[in-house]
Amino acid sequence: MQPVIEMRGVTKRFVDVIANDKVDLKLFPKEIVGLLGENGAGKTTLMNVLFGYYNLDGGKLLINGGEVTFGSPKDAINHGIAMIHQHFTLVQTQSVLENVMIGMEGSFFLNKKKAREKLLGIEKDFGLNLDPDAIVWTLSIGEQQKLEILKSLYRGAKTLIMDEPTAVLAPTETIELFETLRILVASGHSIIFISHHLQEVMDICDRVIVLRSGKRVAERKVSETSIPELASLMVGRELLERLERGEAKTGNAVLEARNLKVRNNRGIVAVDNLSFTLREGEVLGVAGVSGNGQTALSEMLFGQVKPEDGEIHISGKNIPGGSPSAIIKEGMARIPEDRIKTGLFMDLSVKENMILESHVNEPISKKGLINMKEIRSFAEKCINNFSVKTDGMDAPVKSLSGGNLQKVILARELVGKPKVVVACQPTRGLDVGAMEYVHQAMLDQKTDGAGVLLISDDLDEIFLLSDRIIVMYEGKIIGEVSTNEADRDKIGLWMSGVTS
Amino acid sequence: MMSEIFSVAFITGIIAATLRMSTPIILATLGEIITERSGVLNLGIEGTMLFGAAIGFLTTLSTGSLWLGVLAAALAGIALSLIMAILSVYLGLSQHVSGLGITIFASGLAMFIYRLVVGSPTVPPIIDPFSPIAIPLLSRIPILGGSFFTQYSLTYITWLLIPAVSIFLFKTRAGLRVRTIGQNPFAADTVGVNVNLTRTLCLAAGGAFFGVAGAFLTLAHQNMFLIDVIGGRGWIAIAMTIFGNWNPVMGAVGGLIFGFLDALQLRLQTLGVDLPFHIFLMIPYLITIFALISVSRKASVPAGLLKPYRREDKGG
Repeated sequence: MQPVIEMRGVTKRFVDVIANDKVDLKLFPKEIVGLLGENGAGKTTLMNVLFGYYNLDGGKLLINGGEVTFGSPKDAINHGIAMIHQHFTLVQTQSVLENVMIGMEGSFFLNKKKAREKLLGIEKDFGLNLDPDAIVWTLSIGEQQKLEILKSLYRGAKTLIMDEPTAVLAPTETIELFETLRILVASGHSIIFISHHLQEVMDICDRVIVLRSGKRVAERKVSETSIPELASLMVGRELLERLERGEAKTGNAVLEARNLKVRNNRGIVAVDNLSFTLREGEVLGVAGVSGNGQTALSEMLFGQVKPEDGEIHISGKNIPGGSPSAIIKEGMARIPEDRIKTGLFMDLSVKENMILESHVNEPISKKGLINMKEIRSFAEKCINNFSVKTDGMDAPVKSLSGGNLQKVILARELVGKPKVVVACQPTRGLDVGAMEYVHQAMLDQKTDGAGVLLISDDLDEIFLLSDRIIVMYEGKIIGEVSTNEADRDKIGLWMSGVTS
Repeated sequence: MMSEIFSVAFITGIIAATLRMSTPIILATLGEIITERSGVLNLGIEGTMLFGAAIGFLTTLSTGSLWLGVLAAALAGIALSLIMAILSVYLGLSQHVSGLGITIFASGLAMFIYRLVVGSPTVPPIIDPFSPIAIPLLSRIPILGGSFFTQYSLTYITWLLIPAVSIFLFKTRAGLRVRTIGQNPFAADTVGVNVNLTRTLCLAAGGAFFGVAGAFLTLAHQNMFLIDVIGGRGWIAIAMTIFGNWNPVMGAVGGLIFGFLDALQLRLQTLGVDLPFHIFLMIPYLITIFALISVSRKASVPAGLLKPYRREDKGG
């Protein structure tokens, strides 16, 4: 059979890195191929080449057997290829219809009536229902993804590239997406499904291609492989034993949230009447699909944002809202969601980033003057204790890898023996090795008697580390359960707002 | 004094002056709205207007044709905006720095070219400026006739441009593309819209508007070129863009309010109130600041504004 798409020996270089090294890929009609690999394995780059967003540095691209060269995404679209990026390419302030029409408007004046008819026809054919007049920012993440699929179909796409489409979805939304994908395949479309979620790849794909460090290391039929095999192919070694969570030895309450409420910058309530208690010696996991108020909650706890209502108590003391310095003083370690934007100053050195929170205290500074000697010995201690890989404490942190960036933050936050640790998506974007390190660090904090609040949208991580789990949905706590009694399916339902 | 304010002549006069004074502001605001909707803040506006004022004036001075002056001013505005496009769109430099650079450069260049052509005579040369056109029949309506329907042709054109720019932005293919680029250039690029070319064209269109707005001041409002002829109207247009929430009609309303205050302060000066005239000159600017403070908190800035667009040079 003739493949719809064939990539032969595709190579893509960036300044000093080879992102794709002679990769072969075939996609046949009515097929779903999984593209599996760790972060930085080159999955997205390879697909951006296929989508015409990057020029290829070597190799060939064949569509239906004929060689093509793509100069821009427009060429790919004209050949029936569409890509749905991990970060949606939607205009938040415009309507569904306008987002679909862009680039395909036809006449000089917008003919919205005609476009609407065409859109509604496609919606009906594929069972994707969306109001054409809805403004994008009012849609849920799942609906925005439907819009991205509609946008591709409106352009007559026959091949869909989906870059980690389930990363932002609730379990029920994932099931819905898979139904849509099956309808698409049945009607003659082909799909490339990028993921590092092994179970999903096993559920939906026909064939899997595994990338590691830019190279194609394996290809398997899903019916002839297993999750452990795919995992070791992806990582390149056998995975380590699971971490031992250990018993929780809970003590006094160290962090209490009482009836917290806050609005996001659009004026919509992001966290609503939320209360919880975190005790010494336990890990409390906050699960939920991203976008259900976790970020707003962490910003309040970190003192970045003042709650509209409610109180935060650390070790029984009421902390004024919106004051980071007060929170640091009470001994909270803060591991923010976005380590590059909020966690670190990328242009400052490793040692400077390590003293961000302690630079006003003795002995690091006295009477407003900083003591370089003290800083160096402090930074040295941090680098050694947390085995940060760096060219030295004077190197700018931007020269560090993702895992080591996180270690700099861990060092800064954990070296002072905190009472409370609030970690928000602490392993997002990290490779398996760094992930294990961070997980162990969290468990060590618990053993040392700190209370750890783990906010994560990775359910595996929540189950691995937490003693107790609360689930956030639309800014509220929808359910709470001890991990030993927790049922994964039930938590999945909670995450999509279903109780009962 | 009250009776003077409420006389028919006074009211007719102030409406007419409001429309006249607001013309360059509205024109420049429309230009800035088109530019900013595509994601580029053009702070070269003040200098571009001055350059348009000088080139328009000099062209009319040497050819005797007012419309050639207007055309030359538009072309002068486009030329400067293309420099802005090279700096801020293609080289991806800071829009603030590039824009202010253009303003400083263009102000100097305007005076330089003026001196080159005119020299330094004791009495500055003058031209025979545009005169108001009374629209047949309509101009005979009491009050309205003498105000709304006895205006310069450039003012009439500006009125027509308000709905035209609105229709362009919200009802046409090109307008949808401009708005999308201003909000999310990546989204536009992935569906095959050329981001940098569209931004350049928007800058060019805006530049033409700025040039003509400047020329209005030397070819209609006055009949000579002075170095301070723009008097901060470009900055006011930037303010009106925000005040109007990047909507042409609302931006024009802001321009009218400013024009009204400008017209009013001129009349207050002549009423013989015992205050330094500088106080009156300040009024429209002061009120603009207060209006901005009250409105701009609710403003919805185009999300892609100030951000140069480049395909990332490294992916995941």
